[in-house]
Amino acid sequence: MEIIDKMTLTKRIIPCLDIKNNRVVKGIHFKSLTDAGDPVELAARYEAEGADELVFLDITASQEKRKLMAGLAAKIAKKIFIPFTIGGGIQSVADMDTVLHHGADKIAVNTAAVRNPELIREGARHFGSQCIVLAVDVKKTGREKWSVFIYGGKKKTDLDALHWVKQAVDLGAGEILLTSMDSDGTKDGFDLRITRQVSEQVPVPVIASGGGGKPEHFYAAIQWGKADAVLAASVFHYDTIKIKELKEYLHQNGIPVRRFDD
Amino acid sequence: MTKVTIIDYGVGNIASLKNAFAALAISADLSAETKDILRAERLILPGVGAFATAMSKLKNRRIDDLIKKKAQDGTPILGICLGMQLLFTASDEQGNRPGLNLIDGCVQHFGTGLKIPHMGWNRIEFARDASLFSDLNTSPYFYFVHSYYCLPTEGTDSIATCMYGFPFCAAINRDNIWGVQFHPEKSRKDGLQLLRNFVTKT
Repeated sequence: MEIIDKMTLTKRIIPCLDIKNNRVVKGIHFKSLTDAGDPVELAARYEAEGADELVFLDITASQEKRKLMAGLAAKIAKKIFIPFTIGGGIQSVADMDTVLHHGADKIAVNTAAVRNPELIREGARHFGSQCIVLAVDVKKTGREKWSVFIYGGKKKTDLDALHWVKQAVDLGAGEILLTSMDSDGTKDGFDLRITRQVSEQVPVPVIASGGGGKPEHFYAAIQWGKADAVLAASVFHYDTIKIKELKEYLHQNGIPVRRFDD
Repeated sequence: MTKVTIIDYGVGNIASLKNAFAALAISADLSAETKDILRAERLILPGVGAFATAMSKLKNRRIDDLIKKKAQDGTPILGICLGMQLLFTASDEQGNRPGLNLIDGCVQHFGTGLKIPHMGWNRIEFARDASLFSDLNTSPYFYFVHSYYCLPTEGTDSIATCMYGFPFCAAINRDNIWGVQFHPEKSRKDGLQLLRNFVTKT
């Protein structure tokens, strides 16, 4: 325990803020959205509670072709001093440039990357792979088979999840944000099988997302799913799980984490 | 007040650096202008992305020679992330690419078998006392994101190490030249303290 604690890359706990009309929202199975607060206030609270990073996703951007959240990025960057990712409606290298220029550390691409995989290569070439997060929404569609969905989970594609993430990494994605649509909103735990397969098959960090309801789920995502980071939204928004207590739990169970008091 | 200039050469998240200094109530300018760089009492060289791209951007703006001149004049210079790597003799990234050569040594890839980039919060261990680390607790956490690491020729140039598969050099100092592989501007209060130290203690 002492050795892993001494010098090891810690596993990251990442609250996710889904944004709609500049408010944080939370839906179940990508539907029935409810208001969950002001993004910048929540971001500051999470930072103080020990969040390692933050992710902001404009979940409706792909459908509504919403303008980029440059203003939001600027407000967040002035207030918090941990890394954050912005996604939603990123269509071009120019969009990426705008968001990064306003202080975001990474940008997440999802639908636009499926429609135009070259966007990943171009983004990585301009800003470096470390800035490019591939967000991928997957659903189990067969025995040991997961399909990629786009437009906020509304449209099924012909892409196989494992094939797509490998292709995206080859193109230059520096991190994978993997959301299981089957688990998302259930609070029954992360999809460990697809998480582990992705994590073992790509050489970049993988963020597990969808289904976190108890500290045990986060442990399982890291220990059995081999995730490098774990993302959740509602359990943090509604204080079902406190980040500080979650990290204490993970630490007690041998997972290296940056603890709040450190 | 100490004049701090963040070199704005189109590489990296400089908005966050400016915000970090604003939070410390230290005025810091973003500039690529010769006169600003020459007048600076502290220089910050940021950077993310590819080594060769960043070097050619410095060269195109003739900032490479200005940095070398400031280094000779004794102005404290802090390289952050890729900015630290640029201070070295050369990098293996995309072949052998020359750097600013203010620190002897090279930059190389972590290799296979580890998740790349090395991304997230990791602890550093101080290798020797340094004013940059004033008022920090031992083994502080900092936020890293990089695929290459620095190999100083002189062991004494390394002032801190970090473990990722093996211990690598996380921070360097020789005379007025400083570098950190991590991102202090993204490392909460310890990161802000380090930036404050650079301005007030070096």
